[in-house]
Order: sequence, then C-alpha cells, then structure tokens
Amino acid sequence: MKRVPMTGGKMVLTADGQALETKHLGFTISPHEECAVEEAVRIGGEVVVLTLGPAEAEEQLRDCMAIGADRGILLQTSEEWDAQSTAAAIVDAIRAEEPFDLILFGNESADAAGFQVGIRVARALGLSVVTGLKKIEVSEGRMRCERDVGGARDVYEAPLPAVLTVLEGLNLPRYPSVPGRLRAKSKPLAVLEPARPEQKLEKLRLVVPEGQGKRAEILENAASVVAVMQALGVA
Amino acid sequence: MILCFIDEDELSAQAVGFARTLGDVHAVTFGGAYQPAAWAKALAAQDADAIVAAGSDRGNELLAHVGAILDQPFAANVIALNGDVVTRVRWGGSLLEEARLHGAPKLLTVAPHTQPAAEIGDIETLDAPDDGSPKVLERVEESSGGVSLRDAKVVVSGGRGVGSAEGFAIIEELAGLLGGAVGCSRVVTSAGWRPHADQVGQTGTKISADLYVACGISGATQHIAGAKGAKKILAINTDPEAPIFASADYAVIGDLHEVVPAISAELRKVRG
Repeated sequence: MKRVPMTGGKMVLTADGQALETKHLGFTISPHEECAVEEAVRIGGEVVVLTLGPAEAEEQLRDCMAIGADRGILLQTSEEWDAQSTAAAIVDAIRAEEPFDLILFGNESADAAGFQVGIRVARALGLSVVTGLKKIEVSEGRMRCERDVGGARDVYEAPLPAVLTVLEGLNLPRYPSVPGRLRAKSKPLAVLEPARPEQKLEKLRLVVPEGQGKRAEILENAASVVAVMQALGVA
Repeated sequence: MILCFIDEDELSAQAVGFARTLGDVHAVTFGGAYQPAAWAKALAAQDADAIVAAGSDRGNELLAHVGAILDQPFAANVIALNGDVVTRVRWGGSLLEEARLHGAPKLLTVAPHTQPAAEIGDIETLDAPDDGSPKVLERVEESSGGVSLRDAKVVVSGGRGVGSAEGFAIIEELAGLLGGAVGCSRVVTSAGWRPHADQVGQTGTKISADLYVACGISGATQHIAGAKGAKKILAINTDPEAPIFASADYAVIGDLHEVVPAISAELRKVRG
C-alpha cells in the first residue's frame, strides 16, 4: 500500500524539483491499493498491511486497519525509494512473516507508477505472480483470476501462495467507520527503518510538462454547442 | 543491439520508432498463450544493449519480469533517453521525472502515444518453453453492450455536479443522441452512482474520442490523465475557475442540469 497526495487540478513542485508541493494537499491510499486492501479483508483470515513511506504513512495504515486489516508494518523512510530498492525492503519484511497465503499489491502506484514492485517481490520469493486483475476467486489452495484486455478478459490460475497485483474496479472499497477507526487505534503497528540502498533508477528531478493551460472558447448557448459538434463531425 | 518486443497492439510500432533512435533494432515476439514469466526469461537471455517494449499492460509486465530476473532497474513509460538519463511519465502523464538509469542492459517501456510509429520490419519469433508459471488459460469475450468507452467517437461524462445516479439520465440521453458512450469521474464511481467500467481517468479508461463532453467535472489531474487522449474537450461547469477549463477547448459556464437537456433539445431541433 502506498500513501500518495490527493492532487487537485494542477501539479506544483517544491523549489528543488524533487517532489510535489504537498503543503496544501491531503493524502490518501493509492487507488489500486485501496482495492487490494478491501479485497484482502473480503477474502478473510489475518490481514497484514505493509507500506514503505514516511512516518505520516501511519495515517493510511490506520485507515486500512479501520476497514478490517489486523495489523500494520511501516518501513519508515525519509526519501523516495526507487522500485527495485522498495521491492527488496518489502521482501525482507515479508520473509519475516512466513507462512502467508496471498500477497496483494496495487498494479502501479498513482504517483511513481513503476509497474514492477509486485513482480520483483514475487520473483525474489519464488512465487507465481499475475498482474492487473479485476477479479479474484480463492479456493482450496488455488486462485483463479481475470484481467481485462480491451473488450475481453484473460483467465489465469495459480497455486497459493501467490502474488497478485490488482486494479481499481476490482471492488468498491468501503469507507472506514467510526467504530472501525477507534478499533484501528489499538491494533499493532511495527515500525522498521531499513537502510536506503544506492538508487539504480536515480531520480534527478521532476518536471511539469508543457502545454497545460489552454484558453477555452466560451460557448454561450446550446445552438453554438451544436454548431461546434457539427463542425467536428460528431453531431 | 536494441531488442524490441512486438505485441499485437498498435503501440508496438511506436516502441520500434523509439528503439530505432537508440540503435539497430531486433524485433521479437512469441507464439502460443501469453505466459509473462516464461516470455521474460527468453527476453532476458538475449544479448542486448537495451530491451524495449511498449508501455502497455503486457510491455510493462514483461520488462518488470526482465528487471527482476537480471536484477537491473527498469524505467516504465519513457518518453526520452539521453545517454543514461531517462525522462519518464508519472501521475498518468501529469508529471515527468528525469532519472539516471544505471546498469545494463537498459530496460524500458515507451509511453503510449508519445512517439511516431515506425515500420516494424522483420520479426523473429522467440521460443519460450512453458515453465509452469501462470499463463492465459482462456479468453472470455465481453458481450458488447453498446459503444465502448475506449473507442467511442463521442464520450459524454458526468462528475460530482450530476448529483446522483438518477441525474445521469440527461447524460445518457445526450450520449445516445450523439451515438456516443457515457463516462464519469472517479468521484462518481466511488459514490456507486456508475460502475467502474464507466470511469474516465488515470485509474479508469483512457479515451480517444473526437469529442469529450465533461459535465460537472472539476478536472482533477487524475481525471485529465484519462481524458486528454480526446481530440477536443468541451467542459460544462458552473464554476468558471474549475481546473477542467484549463484542459478544455470549449467551455459552457452554466448548470449542466439546464445546459445538457438544452443541447439535446437543440440537436433534435436541427435534425427535424
């Protein structure tokens, strides 16, 4: 699970160009992961939620515990980590948790979007992995799952334990309830501080792409809207 | 040599276009059922300076496997490579990252629709023996219920401003008149007003319509990431300061509950 800022209409960077300016932004669970946590709670059994991020990511871990996760692990960091080192730290943390049945990830985070942490973790642990899922059925030590492929669905099966990465739309995540939030406060949270290895995808800076900020032509009435639609050949 | 994975989609020709800017391209593909771990193993065994694929679901998945097999970094959705510095897409295209890609071979995917397509030329079909890893067992075709959001020429979309699931009746009416698809923003799917399959956005569908009509949508970057593939955007919003107008070609400042039925009525009128 990853803590990400809730971006509004415009991307604004910090002065050093290393991060989004988040002074005026709230934070949330990255959307695909929110569905992963919801799915884990629906599948049942003990659910452990893990993140790599700043101390403030405890807020998102508590949100996950409020919807039903039993405990949390925070791999606390002070800087952004690349996907390869993130995966390595998660592997170390997960090895201490064996045995487990299923490891769920979001397919990609909303912010860094590296599309790889789940796959790297699976391979390091010697587990099967299926990605980009919008349907999962677990039964009798196996799982069957489906992935959208433009107008069709591909079906996969794998024995458990396995790693699955999911997409938003897999389910409709619930909101944390007030009693859930109260219970979450007393659930166990382990905080580890792994050492940051050398970054092999080494972020230099972030850039806001050009071309943001068009000047829209104002249309005063329905007739002018329809005229535009006709000119575009869609009406 | 630049090894380039070729898939069935049109993005592969764009990946080849990018790969040619790096060196001599060797285009490869596979036969049989899609089996990402096994295919990646065959790609990783090739002696290449770089391994490139389109930034599609499969392309990103295969390169992530290759990165894990070789224990090398992988840069997803790249738009430029200068020396060992990549420029890659974050936040669904709302932000770019410049990063040094250490190691060899260089592993990267090419961000969709950012590069011109090229003639692919000869393609070698590599052998990838079944290693027992998960593979596609069957493909289930969806029963097509109307126009697909991804391919629709017109998409009429509603956001928080629509107010309720029932409020989408006027959106559906206009979409129907235009032979288009109905879309919505993430707020709407989170509220349960529409199914996730209707969501336009970074975590929903990325559209490619000729005209996108955004009704009562504020225009968060998450939404624009899915809408910007449209050739033209018409935004209808009561708030002239709404961020959606910065991405729109046409604007109607007004209440969608009045504007949308008026457009439908006007369309009926001009058609007689």
